[in-house]
Amino acid sequence: MSLALKELLYKLADDQLILGHRNSEWTGFGPLLEEDIAFSSMAQDKVGQSLALYTLLQTLGESDPDTVAFTRNANQFHNCILVELPNQEYDFSLIRHFLFDTAEALRFEALSNSSYEPLAQLARKIRGELRYHTLHANTWIKQLGSATEESITRLQNSLVVAMPYALGIFEPSPYEAELISEKIFSGEADLQKKWLEKIEATLNQTHLHLPDWKTIIPVYGGRTGKHSEHLQPLLDEMSEVFRIDPSAEW
Amino acid sequence: MNKILHILETVKDPEIPVLSLVDLGVITDVVVDGDTVLVKMTPTFVGCPAMDYMKAEVETALQQHGYKPHVTISFEKPWSSDLISEKGKAALKKYGLAPPPDNKLFTDLEILETATCPRCNGTNTELKTPFGPTLCRALYYCHSCKEAFEQFKPV
Repeated sequence: MSLALKELLYKLADDQLILGHRNSEWTGFGPLLEEDIAFSSMAQDKVGQSLALYTLLQTLGESDPDTVAFTRNANQFHNCILVELPNQEYDFSLIRHFLFDTAEALRFEALSNSSYEPLAQLARKIRGELRYHTLHANTWIKQLGSATEESITRLQNSLVVAMPYALGIFEPSPYEAELISEKIFSGEADLQKKWLEKIEATLNQTHLHLPDWKTIIPVYGGRTGKHSEHLQPLLDEMSEVFRIDPSAEW
Repeated sequence: MNKILHILETVKDPEIPVLSLVDLGVITDVVVDGDTVLVKMTPTFVGCPAMDYMKAEVETALQQHGYKPHVTISFEKPWSSDLISEKGKAALKKYGLAPPPDNKLFTDLEILETATCPRCNGTNTELKTPFGPTLCRALYYCHSCKEAFEQFKPV
C-alpha cells in the first residue's frame, strides 16, 4: 500500500511542480497583461499544491520538500512528458493547459473520495482551486477556437502535436490494481474516459476537431523516469539558486 | 477561550490589513490547555505564500500574552470563502474589495460573470480575469462608475 501510495503522490506532485514552473516562464511574456497574471497565478497555485503533496510524502518517510523538489535528477521524476515540453508559442501553452487541467480537475475530484484521508482532504481543497484553471482554459479555447482562421489553425495544429503527450498523462501505474482495490484512486483508465468526454464536449463548441485518439500512439515513459531532453535543463534552471547553498536558511 | 479569540482578532491578513484571521475564517480550531494554546490554521489557497507569515504572527501574538502556542497547518476543515464572517465581509467592502458571493450559489461558473461594485453598488459589471494581484482575488470593471475593482473569489 505504501509503495503504491508514494508512487501516486510523486506523480501528482511532480506534474504540479513541473507545469507550475513552465507556467511561471510566461511571467513577463504573456500576450496581454491579464494572461501574464493568469499563467503566473496558476504557476503559484501549482507550485503551492506540489509543496502540499511533497509535505504529505514527507509524513510517509520521504525527504523534505525542498530536497525532493530541487535535488533529484530527471530520471527520478514521475511527471508526464506533456508538462515538461517547452512552452513554445501561446497556442501550444493554451492547448496544453486545457488538456492537462481538464484531466487534473477530474483527477482531484476522484481523489476527494480517496480512502487515504489526508489525500482526500487535500484533494477537496485543490479541486476548488482547479475550477478557476479550467474556467480560464475553457474560456480561451471556446473564444479562440471559433475566432479567426489563424487562431483556429494554430490551436488545431497544437492540439494534434499535444494529443499523443496528453494521452501519456494516463500512463498506467504498476500499482493500478492495488490503488483501485484499496479505493485510494479510481485509476487512470477511468480518468481517461471521463477526460475524453469532457474535452470533446468543449471542443464541440468550437471549430476545433479532436483527432481520432484511437489511432494515436500515447507517449509514455514519464511516469517511470524516461523523459524527453527538455526536463533536465528545466530542473537545472529551477534548482540553480538552491544548489549554490543547499543549507541556506530562506 | 474568548480571551484567545480576542488576541487572534488582532492578527490581520497581511495583504488585507482590515481583516482579522478570525474573520477571514482561517483559524479552524483552538484548544486551550492551561497556558498552552493549540491552534489549527488552514490556507485560503494551498499556494498562499502568506501562510508561514500568518502562522508566525499568531505565535508571536499569543506569546506576547504569556501563552505557549502550538500552531499547525491542516486541511481537515478546508477553507471556503463562506467562512468569512459577516463582519469580515463588511470590512472587505469598506476596504474597496467586493466580498465573495455565497459559495453555495457557486454551482455554475456563470456566477463569476458579474459582481456588485464595492464603490457604487452597481451591478452592471464585467469579469476581466479570474486571476488578480493575489490568488484569492479576481479583477472586474464597473460600467456604472467606470472603475476597475477586485472581488474576493468564491472558493
